[in-house]
Amino acid sequence: MSPKTLYDKIWDAHVAHEADDGTCLLYIDRHLVHEVTSPQAFEGLRMAGRKVRAPEKTIAVPDHNVPTTLDREKGIENEESRIQVDALDKNAKEFGVHYYPVSDIRQGIVHIVGPEQGWTLPGMTVVCGDSHTATHGAFGALAHGIGTSEVEHVLATQTLIQKKSKNMKVEVTGKLNAGVTAKDITLAVIGETGTAGGTGYVIEYCGEAIRDLSMEGRMTVCNMAIEGGARAGLIAPDEKTFEYCKGRPHAPKGAEWEQALEYWKTLFTDEGAHFDKVITLKGEDIQPVVTWGTSPEDVLPITATVPHPEDFEGGKVDAVKRAIDYMGLTAGQKLTDIEIDTVFIGSCTNGRIEDLRAAAAILKGKKIKDGLRAMVVPGSGLVRAQAEEEGLADIFKEAGFEWRLAGCSMCLAMNPDQLAPGERCAATSNRNFEGRQGYKGRTHLVSPGMAAAAALTGHLTDVREVI
Amino acid sequence: MDKFTTLTGIAAPMPLVNIDTDMIIPKNFLKTIKRSGLGANLFDEMRFDREGNEIADFVLNQPQYRETQILIAGDNFGCGSSREHAPWAIADFGIKCIVSTSFADIFFNNCFKNGILPIVLPKEQVELLMKDAEKGANARMTVDLETQEITTSDGEVITFDVDSHRKHCLLNGLDDIGQTMEKAAAIDSFEATASAVRPWV
Ligand code: SF4
Repeated sequence: MSPKTLYDKIWDAHVAHEADDGTCLLYIDRHLVHEVTSPQAFEGLRMAGRKVRAPEKTIAVPDHNVPTTLDREKGIENEESRIQVDALDKNAKEFGVHYYPVSDIRQGIVHIVGPEQGWTLPGMTVVCGDSHTATHGAFGALAHGIGTSEVEHVLATQTLIQKKSKNMKVEVTGKLNAGVTAKDITLAVIGETGTAGGTGYVIEYCGEAIRDLSMEGRMTVCNMAIEGGARAGLIAPDEKTFEYCKGRPHAPKGAEWEQALEYWKTLFTDEGAHFDKVITLKGEDIQPVVTWGTSPEDVLPITATVPHPEDFEGGKVDAVKRAIDYMGLTAGQKLTDIEIDTVFIGSCTNGRIEDLRAAAAILKGKKIKDGLRAMVVPGSGLVRAQAEEEGLADIFKEAGFEWRLAGCSMCLAMNPDQLAPGERCAATSNRNFEGRQGYKGRTHLVSPGMAAAAALTGHLTDVREVI
Repeated sequence: MDKFTTLTGIAAPMPLVNIDTDMIIPKNFLKTIKRSGLGANLFDEMRFDREGNEIADFVLNQPQYRETQILIAGDNFGCGSSREHAPWAIADFGIKCIVSTSFADIFFNNCFKNGILPIVLPKEQVELLMKDAEKGANARMTVDLETQEITTSDGEVITFDVDSHRKHCLLNGLDDIGQTMEKAAAIDSFEATASAVRPWV
């Protein structure tokens, strides 16, 4: 048998039907659902008189629209948001899928809840009507975002019509320097490949620097595979993965656990398997990074300066001009001179316990810059509870951060947490597009440590100066 | 789904690279539980100021491009979120075909589910079509899916590739779910085998 990549193995194990032209029906093991991209899909089922084929493999949780302020039991003020969340409540009940309502402590961002509850396991196929489904690839699961028509397709048939992507390997060798995190790795990779560099590929991340990451860190890396244009990101499961999964509510138990473990240990890329594209980064070369523009590929080490449009080629010249203008910057300006007025720590990229620990370590015993708005939005109710138990919540509160309830919040600002026009935010989320965090709002993507450092000084700051 | 066979219409040039789904349809319009009506807010933040007035120099606001049916776009069109609201808004506005050097994967898939034909062409050909589109309302292009050809206003013909399954579905307006359900037996038997091998799933 010819050697296979990890992607090849998972793919082959899930093809339910293959047409002559290579179009496949890929069987889906886990379907995660949230309130924004699902109402039209459930409505479609209802209109056609169809059922959810595998409700036991379907998990729904509201996250994008939910208020994260402490008074949320008062309900959702915005009528449209409320209608969307109510629609999910109703659809989850009517179609009998697993559901974590707003009132449940397990509620949170869908990509944090899935792994936390043991729904996401190695070797699975996982989809969700959300591009950051790539997160689940950290477990060696083939996970990708789909559109609403596909959500309906999966609900009805538990399969997805797919053609196989190409294989790409991103290797990060060696050790990371102090202050450099999973977020810096994933941004540095996008800086290298561009936001379209991964288009048509499934990326497997490997190398010592990736192996050394915790499961939380690996999720951060895979989360942003989509920002690099890839269909999915994967990391081969290992002891850390198994350890993380063990004992989770929906992980297998007893003899089934042993059987699963045996299977999971076969999930790696065979020696000599073919990759269509290979990228190698040295861990030691990666520095703490920050985005200056309005695309995740607009990334530079924190020690750099805002670039000049003339340094680019083709259509990117105008895009850079537009970005510098939108961001209110000047070419040649030092990135550390950029003053901010908001700090957001949270999202499916960096809303896990390890992220909160990293930020709290920097903030401990200190106060944020006067007049700054800073908030921590834990990725799930359980992350929040754990952070309270570990004393992290107190550190944040004493430093001057707002301590919120779980949800997407200011990552995309569909709830009331938004930037006002012209406001500038250091954010641990994943997108810095125009208007992403509010109309005319300006976003700089950073790691949790860098966000905490910026909160202390009031400007973008090299985290290495405060550790 | 509407069929897509041939289309003759006005093409608008949007050379900006990395046009993302937040630009195509900002998140404040994602709160709908319907699919229709989003065309009014297509490219909202580029098209209107905050008072709701049109921004005159935005391409689709210019008189010659108001009836645009084809978009000629910069690299990596549709990157960002998986929101199908993006193709819903595009289709609702009346745009049925988008040409670029590259598209983001999820957006590309979503187009086909909504009767929109996304076409990938090499840079030189996209530039040629961009020039043709700049001529405005007098320059109508024709896109023929059956023959896989685009004919410019000058009569120049460019051929394009399209996946055969997707072509078949667009030409006939076929709905994926119905077709997949015809393969229920294959899914049943896969499920039975898989649950024996991986009972924990
Ligand atoms: S946290 Fe942000 S990126 Fe993640 S699912 Fe929510 S909105 Fe999407």
